[in-house]
Order: sequence, then structure tokens, then C-alpha cells
Amino acid sequence: MNLKKTIEDVTVNLLRLAVTELPKDVKEALKQAYHHETSQAGKTQLQAILDNIELAEKTSTPMCQDTGTIIFYITAGADVKGLDKVEKALYDATRRATTEVPLRPNAVDPFNRKNTGDNTGRNIPYINWEIKPGNGIEITVLPKGGGSENVCAMGMLSPGEGIRGLKKFVIDTVVKAGSKPCPPNILGVAVGGGADIAMKLAKKALLRPLDKPNVNPELAKLEEDLLEAVNQTGIGPMGLGGKITVLGVNLDYAVRHPASFPAAVAFNCWAARRASARINSDGSTEYLTHEVR
Amino acid sequence: MTTFRLVTPISEEQVRKMNVNDILYITGTIVTARDQAHKRALQFHEEGKSLPLNLEGLAVFHCGPIVKKEREEWKIVAAGPTTSTRMDIFEDQFIKNFKTRVIIGKGGMGKRTTEAMQKYGAIYGAFTGGAAVLAARAITRVKKVEWFDLGMPEALWILGVKEFGPLTVAIDSHGNNLFEDVRSKTEENQKLIYKKLGLIK
Repeated sequence: MNLKKTIEDVTVNLLRLAVTELPKDVKEALKQAYHHETSQAGKTQLQAILDNIELAEKTSTPMCQDTGTIIFYITAGADVKGLDKVEKALYDATRRATTEVPLRPNAVDPFNRKNTGDNTGRNIPYINWEIKPGNGIEITVLPKGGGSENVCAMGMLSPGEGIRGLKKFVIDTVVKAGSKPCPPNILGVAVGGGADIAMKLAKKALLRPLDKPNVNPELAKLEEDLLEAVNQTGIGPMGLGGKITVLGVNLDYAVRHPASFPAAVAFNCWAARRASARINSDGSTEYLTHEVR
Repeated sequence: MTTFRLVTPISEEQVRKMNVNDILYITGTIVTARDQAHKRALQFHEEGKSLPLNLEGLAVFHCGPIVKKEREEWKIVAAGPTTSTRMDIFEDQFIKNFKTRVIIGKGGMGKRTTEAMQKYGAIYGAFTGGAAVLAARAITRVKKVEWFDLGMPEALWILGVKEFGPLTVAIDSHGNNLFEDVRSKTEENQKLIYKKLGLIK
């Protein structure tokens, strides 16, 4: 197979799928949210969201005008030949998807304010690499919306405060964010490692499906406690008041320096877009998050 | 909670009947305007120049749409609301001078705008953030574009709409502001959560 071309084509598909159709677990969580929400204003927002995602899916149109910054997570088999072609394939796919889907051009030079026009530029799309044994490649795309990115927070907490400090930090961050990140949100929360490591883990945690509990029972319990706590804030869908502010909290961690307690909270908006596929060594492709008809 | 279906131009009397939490659908004309368009409109007013259209009784939509030209016609692809707080510094003068009756956006607006809405008779309708396809579907046609020199997102897009909504009345003309209410309640709840989790005594 032509690895570069296969990756490029699959990635264009993934970008289209991601921005036009939410994964099943997110759709289901939004439906449940509508069911459980008691505030009328909140229910109206959730109904509009459900109508919007149905229309977007039917017409293959981006569900939100902000199609995000494009982030990739690649798990490559150590035996795959031609891994040096992957980066170019992902960049080319991003350019193609920008015109073919279309995606909004969202890549702006911070210094001269010029929009590159094709969603690519220095360090963007950003590629997270992981090497594992085997000869397949798994590609995940996370088109990350700007509104929810703007309220992500990083805190170097006190080790003495520990988990209590973490709980307070998460609650304060959600309260401060209010209506800005287009709730109901998904929260990725991570502690330990270091400032950059915690935020990377928090963002990656956004990828875990909402119907998959944490494999660590202690963390699963903490996720539930945090979810209950932030949903008592009353911010509600789109900040108009209600019970459902957050759909799920996904935790991860790294061991920490004895003197440090880095904590990171990453937000995703209700349009929690992601898509994954596995390319096998024979060139066959399985889509993991979406049904491809 | 009442549902209103209004046709533009909307009168002050109609606006005064609405309260926070009511739902509104608009048919007729809405005009997009972001920071730059607000700034220029107020400048025009100051210099005694007239605007490209009379905004009295219309709805202003905080939105930078994605628009494409098909043959000779503009087509709206996606048109979700943008964050309204950026327009807070202009909106009171805007409402006063142009008698716009409805402001549409996301995230709500502040005290200055709330006071102007009470004084001159206008409401703020919250449209669901990101629901761009839903918004685009209610836009039947692009009637005209003005001030295109400001760029696609900042231009005045004059849009024909049918049943544009649902808009949740989040600021009414009686001084109520739903976002502010939620915010102050949230701060009270924050303390209760701290207590419940034993984070404070």
C-alpha cells in the first residue's frame, strides 16, 4: 500500500466525520442531559443542541462554525515502514479537509496576525506520538474549539492540600468559566508530572468515551464526586441555569515531584468532537468512533 | 414562560410584554454586527451620516458567519452566535440611537446594556452557542451585505429569516438579567459545595 496516501485519505475522512457527527457516547450523554435537566431554559438549549447535531449529521455540515484547532494523537506500530511520511500526510489531509469539508481557517500567526488560510502553520496541526509494538497505525483527531480552550486552567497546587486542593481548583475553574465554554462540557483533569505533563494528560483525557469509567476504581469514584460537585454549581446548559453543567469528568495522572502538585483542567464544549481509525499493515482501515456507511 | 413569534419590525410595546425565560422566534429581517460594525455605526451617527439601513425594530445578531458565493448569490453556510460581552461597550448607545429592539448572541451582556434595554425598550435573546446549522437553516436568504470592507465576519449581513430561534429572553426590558442571576446563584452554590465537601468549615 501507499502509506502516505492511505493516511491522508483516512485523515480527511476522520476530520469530516469529527466535525459533522458526534461520537455515540457524546450524543447519548446529551440526550440523557435533556432528559434529566429540570430548568426550562436549560432544556431549551439542550433541545437546540440535539436538533443542531441531527441536522449537521444529515446534511454533513460542520455542527459548529468553529471547527477548532486540529490536534492529532498517533499510535504507531514500531514495525511500520515509512513513519517519516506520516507528518506530511497529516498536514496535507488538514489542508484538503479545510477546502473539502470545509473547515474554518483557524490558524493565525500570533505575531503578524495573518491567517495561514489552511489550518496549518508552525506546530499546528499538533501531533502527539506514541510508539507501540506491532505494524498498524491508529489515528485520532481532536478538533479543539476555541471557546472551551480559553477557560482551560493550570494550577501549581500545594502538595499539603492534596486532593482537597484539587477539588477546590476544579470547582473554582468551572465557576469562573461560567457560560463561556458552551456548557454542558466534558472536563479532562490531570495531576502530577509537571506543568506541561499535567495539561497534556488533561487534554488527552478528553478523548476517553463518556461511557467508559476509569479503570482505577479510586479515580472512578473521584470522577463521580467531581462531576456531582460541578453539577451543583447551577451554571447549566449555555450558562442559562440548570443541573447539567458537565457531562463527564475524565481523570488521569502522573507521579509527581515531592514538592509539586501540578493540576490541569481541560474543557471541551458540548460539541465534543473526536474521531479515530486504525490502519492495518495490509492497508485495510477500521473506523473506531463512527459508523462509516 | 411564554413563546412569542414576532415579525419585524418589532415595536417597543411588543418588547415590553416579554420577560426573562420567555422564548422568541423571529421572522423578517435580522442584521449581523460585531465589534467593528458597532464602532462604525456609532461613528456614522456621531457624524450625522445615515446607516445603510434603518435598524428600528430589527434584530441585531452578534455573529461572524461563514458565507459562500454560489453563482451570483450569497449563501450562509454556518452562522452561530459569537460572545456578546465584547459589544457591551457599544450596545447602550446603539440601542438608544438606532432603536434596535432585539440583540441576539451568546453568553449574555452586562449592566450597561441591561439598563439601556430597560430605558429604551429592547431585549437580549440568547441563541445556543455553536448551533450553527440550526441558525443557518432559519436564514432564508442574504438580502444584502453592507460594509464588506470590514471583512466577511465583521460586515453587516442583512438576512431574511423565518422562525429564527429558539431565543431565550435572557435580558428583558424590566431590568432582569438571567445570566447575572445565574452567576450570583452560582457563587452562592460554590460556598455550599465547599461546605459539603468539607473544604471549608
